[in-house]
Amino acid sequence: MLRLAPVATLLVFLAPIVAGLLSTALPAFGWFPALGGREFGFGIFARLFAQPGLGTSIALTLLTGILATALSLALALAFCAAAYGTNAFARAQRFLAPLLATPHAALAIGFAFLIAPSGWIARVISPELTGWTRPPDIATVQDPLGLAFVAGLMLKETPYLLLTLTAAIGQADLARSLATARMLGYGKFTAWAKVAIPRLYPQIRLPVYAVLAFALSNVDVALILAPTNPPTLSVMIVRWISDPHLDLFMPAAAAGLLQFALVVASIGAWRLGEIAIAHAARDWLTNGERGGEGRLRNASARAALTLLFALAIAALAALAMWSVAQSWRFPDALPDRWTSAHWLREMPSLAAPATTTLLVALSATAIALMLSVLCLENEVRSGKRASKALALLYAPLLIPQVSFLIGVQTLLVRLNLDGGFAALVWAHLLFVLPYVFLALADPWRALDPRYTRIASCLGASPWRVLFAVKIPLLLRPLSVAAAVGFAVSAALYLPTLFAGGGRWTSLTTEAVTLASGGDRRVLGVYAFAQAALPLIVYAAALAVPAILFRNRKGMA
Amino acid sequence: MTGLSLRDVTLRVADKYLLGPLSLDVAPGAVATIMGPSGSGKSSLLAYLCGTLDPAFAASGQATLDGVALAGLAPEKRRIGILFQDDLLFPHLSVAGNLAFAVPANAPDRQRRVDVALAEAELDGYGERDPATLSGGQRARVSLMRALLAEPRAILLDEPFSKLDAGLRDKMREFVFAHIRARQIPCLMVTHDEADAAAAGGYIMRL
Repeated sequence: MLRLAPVATLLVFLAPIVAGLLSTALPAFGWFPALGGREFGFGIFARLFAQPGLGTSIALTLLTGILATALSLALALAFCAAAYGTNAFARAQRFLAPLLATPHAALAIGFAFLIAPSGWIARVISPELTGWTRPPDIATVQDPLGLAFVAGLMLKETPYLLLTLTAAIGQADLARSLATARMLGYGKFTAWAKVAIPRLYPQIRLPVYAVLAFALSNVDVALILAPTNPPTLSVMIVRWISDPHLDLFMPAAAAGLLQFALVVASIGAWRLGEIAIAHAARDWLTNGERGGEGRLRNASARAALTLLFALAIAALAALAMWSVAQSWRFPDALPDRWTSAHWLREMPSLAAPATTTLLVALSATAIALMLSVLCLENEVRSGKRASKALALLYAPLLIPQVSFLIGVQTLLVRLNLDGGFAALVWAHLLFVLPYVFLALADPWRALDPRYTRIASCLGASPWRVLFAVKIPLLLRPLSVAAAVGFAVSAALYLPTLFAGGGRWTSLTTEAVTLASGGDRRVLGVYAFAQAALPLIVYAAALAVPAILFRNRKGMA
Repeated sequence: MTGLSLRDVTLRVADKYLLGPLSLDVAPGAVATIMGPSGSGKSSLLAYLCGTLDPAFAASGQATLDGVALAGLAPEKRRIGILFQDDLLFPHLSVAGNLAFAVPANAPDRQRRVDVALAEAELDGYGERDPATLSGGQRARVSLMRALLAEPRAILLDEPFSKLDAGLRDKMREFVFAHIRARQIPCLMVTHDEADAAAAGGYIMRL
């Protein structure tokens, strides 16, 4: 039974993704009888490429996606180089978990509240520094180059890469290598660049590709921060699919494949870039340049990360502020009157999406935890490291959501499953499972195997060992994995939209929908609620093992 | 035939010879010692007897306990207790919880057995304590009691005293061997400490 766990897990996973991609491909190549498409060919692609603005949209997508990934990675690496081993590094760690638990959309909305011409930043510095008494007429959000979008992506992706770097640092024995380089006279920054990065990068390569795929194809942040005319490719696809006339459904499917091709090509290009950089750096690594103290570099890397974290926290504060602001005139730095009226008024309509968010996230997380535990338990009992096939778990993080969700949606409709709760949970599971497995795998494999042996020798069956020894001993990583899974699910936009068949709204879909409207007070309520829910769950997840084992020092 | 019996036991890892062929009989109440440097496969031999040998190893030969072949029996069915150099008390359970974990589920007097074990470990009244708050010697005694409460028919010791303070070691050796003899079960110890072997006072095999 247990031996089937990895196989079953992969089936739950890959079969629908492959089926989804295929079923996106059929209409893209002309086959979609429901809309009269009965001929295979490239006609649909011809229609796609005739769409106005497509070229600009592709350029915007590539530019913003690659720029956001490169900047996030550069900042994360530079901060590690500047701060590893200092208190600043430890302090930054404390911000990672809450930032990662905050949904993209909430951060993006809060960020828009900050940087808009009438946003909080403009209010704080006006009129003293700017002379503005009315919001200036400049495009800071949805700017034509997509810079606000790039910055909005960085707010989430930099902490994520920093977290994966921290985990990679923990596995490699870096401290001694770095100390050796320092003793040989290398500056802090250069020692890191020459000794640590070549060893760390291979370990974070997959997460970097996941960031790249996400930056190139995400919809919710792009809807809020990216230019709209034309928008990024994924947003354009969603727009066409949501069009009630269905004229553009088949070109949208073709665009889904195009999006897939863009991501594959970008990852390929990124890989070539890695090889080129590694080649170019070969001599530099051993040329003996010590690089000096690099105080300026260190200071600017720290300052940049501090600024980024400050922006993220201020974004959340801006959401909270607007949700309780009664009147907030430009250019006042703060509202002059506060009220709970928005919350009270929205509470009834907030209840349904909040319940959906909670139920879907709890269900998907519970299933993901169960599958992960079974896979890991199978791995331990069979004594075999998970087959390479389990790496396929990461597929949903590398394939653009929109590319296979179009196909999944048509399949669900055909199977009459669209809009069902099960379909919704399953769509979330696709994205929750990889993160839960990632969060759980290392601690599970690191548990001292002698505990299991002792328990077996005391007569405990394998299942009793699992439930009475391993799960309690691993309760903390299990809780953290659950919180991660919950946060991932709560933040999902497109899977809810597509698998929910319009019947289910979550806090995320509501907040993103409201973001295109005007009322900052209502939007503040929804976006803050969206951000608060995973944070509360995260706090609870840390509290449970702490309370249960408050009298067990060995469990700290 | 009673006791623990090994016939031509050989261990290999990845087609590389590791240990054996090794034949040995340990009578009930006796302590046999296998001495050897680290890396000689001592711990793997104990894992083989427990049934928890890493699948990367290949074993041949035969091991029997009280005349019953161990091969093919699940670890939890073998009724072989093991002690490591670390006490490995479960950190999530209380001292009494650790002991109760070992008492067979259908025993009629589970609580009394735990109390008796606590008394034998000179830890009366320590049942509800967090194991992390006990001293090294106290923890080692609880660990032995836990192994014995499972009613093992043989006990294996894997460098059991090497992490204890020198002053505690003699007392602990006495404590462990006395309890094993009192229960009349065979004991196989692996160690690289001559003093352990001398204290055991039984057959010594050198690898």
